[in-house]
Amino acid sequence: MSAKKISSVAKQDVVVKFVGDSGDGMQLIGTLFSDTAALAGNDLATFPDYPAEIRAPHNTVAGVSGFQIHVGQKRISTSGDLCDVLVAMNPASLKANLKWAQKGATIIVDADTFTEEALQKAGYTTNPLIDGSLTSYNLVAAPITMLTRKSLEPAGLDIKTMDKTRNMFALGMIYFIFDRDMAPTFHFFEAKFKKKPQMIEVNKTVLRAGYDYADTAEIVESHITVAPADMPKGRYRNITGNVATAWGLLAASEKSGRPLFLGSYPITPATDILVEIIKHKSLGAKAFQAEDEIAGICSAIGASFAGAMACTTTSGPGLSLKSEALGLAVMTELPLVLVDVQRGGPSTGLPTKSEQSDLYQALYGRNGEAPLVVIASSTPANCFYFAFEAARIAMEHMTPVILLSDGSLGNGSQLFRIPKMADMPEIHPPLAAANDPEFKPYRRNPETLARYWAIPGTEGLRHRIGGLEKEDGAGNLSTDPLNHEKMVRNRREKVERVALDIPEQTLFGKPDADLLVVSWGGTEGTVRSAVEAMQEQGASVAHAHFNYISPLPRNTEAILSGHKKVVVCELNEGQFVNYLRGKFAHIPMQTYNKVQGLPFTVHELVDCFKNLLK
Amino acid sequence: MKIEIEKSNTPLTKNDFMSDQMVKWCPGCGSHAILAAVGSVFPKIGYKKENFVLVSGIGCSSRFPYYMNTYGFHSIHGRANAIATGVKLANPRLSVWVNTGDGDSLAIGGNHFIHVVRRNMDLNILLFNNQIYGLTKGQYSPTSPMGAVTKTSPMGTIEPPFNPGELVMGAEGTFFARIPDNNLKLMTEVMEIAAAHDGCSVIEILDNCVIFNDKAHEQITGKDYRDEAMLVLEAGKPMIFGKERNKGIRLNGTELEVVEIGKNGITMDDILVHDPTQLNSGIHTMLATMKRPDFPVAIGVIRNVAKPTYNELLEDQLVQAREQSAIRCMDDLLNSGDTWEIQ
Repeated sequence: MSAKKISSVAKQDVVVKFVGDSGDGMQLIGTLFSDTAALAGNDLATFPDYPAEIRAPHNTVAGVSGFQIHVGQKRISTSGDLCDVLVAMNPASLKANLKWAQKGATIIVDADTFTEEALQKAGYTTNPLIDGSLTSYNLVAAPITMLTRKSLEPAGLDIKTMDKTRNMFALGMIYFIFDRDMAPTFHFFEAKFKKKPQMIEVNKTVLRAGYDYADTAEIVESHITVAPADMPKGRYRNITGNVATAWGLLAASEKSGRPLFLGSYPITPATDILVEIIKHKSLGAKAFQAEDEIAGICSAIGASFAGAMACTTTSGPGLSLKSEALGLAVMTELPLVLVDVQRGGPSTGLPTKSEQSDLYQALYGRNGEAPLVVIASSTPANCFYFAFEAARIAMEHMTPVILLSDGSLGNGSQLFRIPKMADMPEIHPPLAAANDPEFKPYRRNPETLARYWAIPGTEGLRHRIGGLEKEDGAGNLSTDPLNHEKMVRNRREKVERVALDIPEQTLFGKPDADLLVVSWGGTEGTVRSAVEAMQEQGASVAHAHFNYISPLPRNTEAILSGHKKVVVCELNEGQFVNYLRGKFAHIPMQTYNKVQGLPFTVHELVDCFKNLLK
Repeated sequence: MKIEIEKSNTPLTKNDFMSDQMVKWCPGCGSHAILAAVGSVFPKIGYKKENFVLVSGIGCSSRFPYYMNTYGFHSIHGRANAIATGVKLANPRLSVWVNTGDGDSLAIGGNHFIHVVRRNMDLNILLFNNQIYGLTKGQYSPTSPMGAVTKTSPMGTIEPPFNPGELVMGAEGTFFARIPDNNLKLMTEVMEIAAAHDGCSVIEILDNCVIFNDKAHEQITGKDYRDEAMLVLEAGKPMIFGKERNKGIRLNGTELEVVEIGKNGITMDDILVHDPTQLNSGIHTMLATMKRPDFPVAIGVIRNVAKPTYNELLEDQLVQAREQSAIRCMDDLLNSGDTWEIQ
């Protein structure tokens, strides 16, 4: 397609970031670029970064919306630390994002937007395009607005409509840099504008114009190519963590034969799970938008009593509100999945930023001795499997399960190899049989200690449960001291025995590596990338990433033992490490913590591990 | 779509519903009579005994489910209505009853109460109103009259009370009734009508706390007062009360007024005839808020109107979605939208 052939440089992976005003269409071109990369066979991960405000003032730093994509020939497990190419559609977006660009990165800006007024609004005192501050980058100051309008001159459109397609001009430039096929994007226009055929040509024209401009202006010395990744065979799709979580719950409902009930209240960044599940009434799923967080979980508990696979979804402040009801679910020993998509706290905190600081609350945030199962998903795609697993454990062990996700996982996306439902494990809830003469509300399965699920409407199983302590077995009210202690221990042991029903903890690296890196939840990709980088340099480093938190996998002590040093990396002040210290006090553990509402970068982790190995 | 609850093939009796648990309410507590009424109403309703679910919150009233042999859930303070919502949505083929009190549903659980009424969730809510916190031994509640002297208001309360009926009307509720705890016949009649109502039925029971707020309703429901102090409403009948049955309620302009039949030219034709099915809740609100000493207190079914229930509308949407969507199972969903094969 290029006018004259330029050379190509092959790369293992690249990071591209699109930034602009919210409304500039950055999420759209980010998605189109990642779809094209996926069709070209690359692995990828994406992360949208948008402001808490819906439409912050035009041209201000507060209103900057971004979308980062990491594509690779190698397997991609993070959305990337620093970008190799930055597209900034106005001064404010450049100001906010320059710090996330590599030195030497290609920076494409719409030069037409760098007006005195816009520069001032962004907080620039001098124009960065001419003041020499960008000399260590490959700056491409393209008159994108002007060229977009010019390319559309024959179409006779109004300026507003023309300017709405500026993003496609930028995307065309990017396609040139990466020598990408424009056809998939053309197909997208054809499908999207079926009813406005004129817009198909308009968008195609602008995309092509951007491509040709990049070629003619020789904005880069060579194409950057990323060869197809070596991925397991199969059918793939792109999926966000929140959608994957919703689908995992729906899948567990289908496998268990128990209809899904979701009681939920909108809260950032968990809302999308409710929005997704409520779309699927055709699968028999009932989603109820409750009047508050408490009604969300309480309606779920009522639905669970009535025999549904009950779930509630929330984020940190909502988890606080649900605490008392969670205790009721512990006491009544009903299955319940609570998904907490963590965000920066405490209180309202940083609603659109990610953190791992709800772990203590998940483990301990209830009155009385109230143990429950806590598990954590660790990639956008495996949110599907851990949501399924949370529901399986909840139902088979008759216990509430908290699934910890986070904002980065929930909004981030990744390629997902589509499973076949026939290959998913069966789920067998311990349903009490009608007219079972042996039935008692707190009679337990001797292996799991789970009580039996006796569903209203079933003949011969009428019984009462509730928040008051009950007599072991019979389930009558009881304040007997020894019975209480016995029931407390039953409830704890039931949760501990879940360890017999989950996989052993895996170790990436050697069991006697000098340094063991421990992490949990949403940091898996970044920490694994850092450990891999260290291993490639010959360092003696191993990685244990935990998805099962309470109970811990049964081989946890063996995994943590035998290393000169252990470091636990978390996006909080040290909640998992203190939990581990409480159980394995004899194993010294160091910490690496970050609480900025931002993910770890591979770079900073590598620095940390190097220091520890000195 | 009307959702039917399966009926029992054999006639049931009160004994089918009473549990073997010792009833631990204080002797003389009004709740004993409510238990007796519910025990005699359930067999009359005719559903299979497995199809009744009782859900309660916290407080004296909320011990109720333990004393009946049905599926029962004694939950946490204020949340009975939210939990009952989940039970009914998960399985609309259950008859779901809520046992709650003035503290449980109008204070700590006030939010759930107004929303369950607003949504017209098909529940039967028995609101035991004793105007006091009994289980915590005598603090004022949101229905205690202004100035009530209790343990937490030694100088009298300085907050006006809620009128439960007014809250129900405010939330555009479809059913509201008020009954005294000392009239078993009336209680059972009203409970049967409530059970037959498709939608959220709220029954306020003027319940006597013999220990901490004895005789709170005495001047309304007491033997020496009730003829003059209660207007017992019946659908299609004129609103008449008084020992001599010579007093009535008339609409004078935009206000209700107590009149004496045969005086000042007032005849039976001037007396309002009760219509609980009237969609406009104006008269119902005026009736629910009538207070002593100027008015008698309205008793019986004040409002009973037909509107779609949340749970029926939800089931309708499920049917519609199954008819219209191409996604019938998880494999369909997983493979929907943009997907591609990697060889």
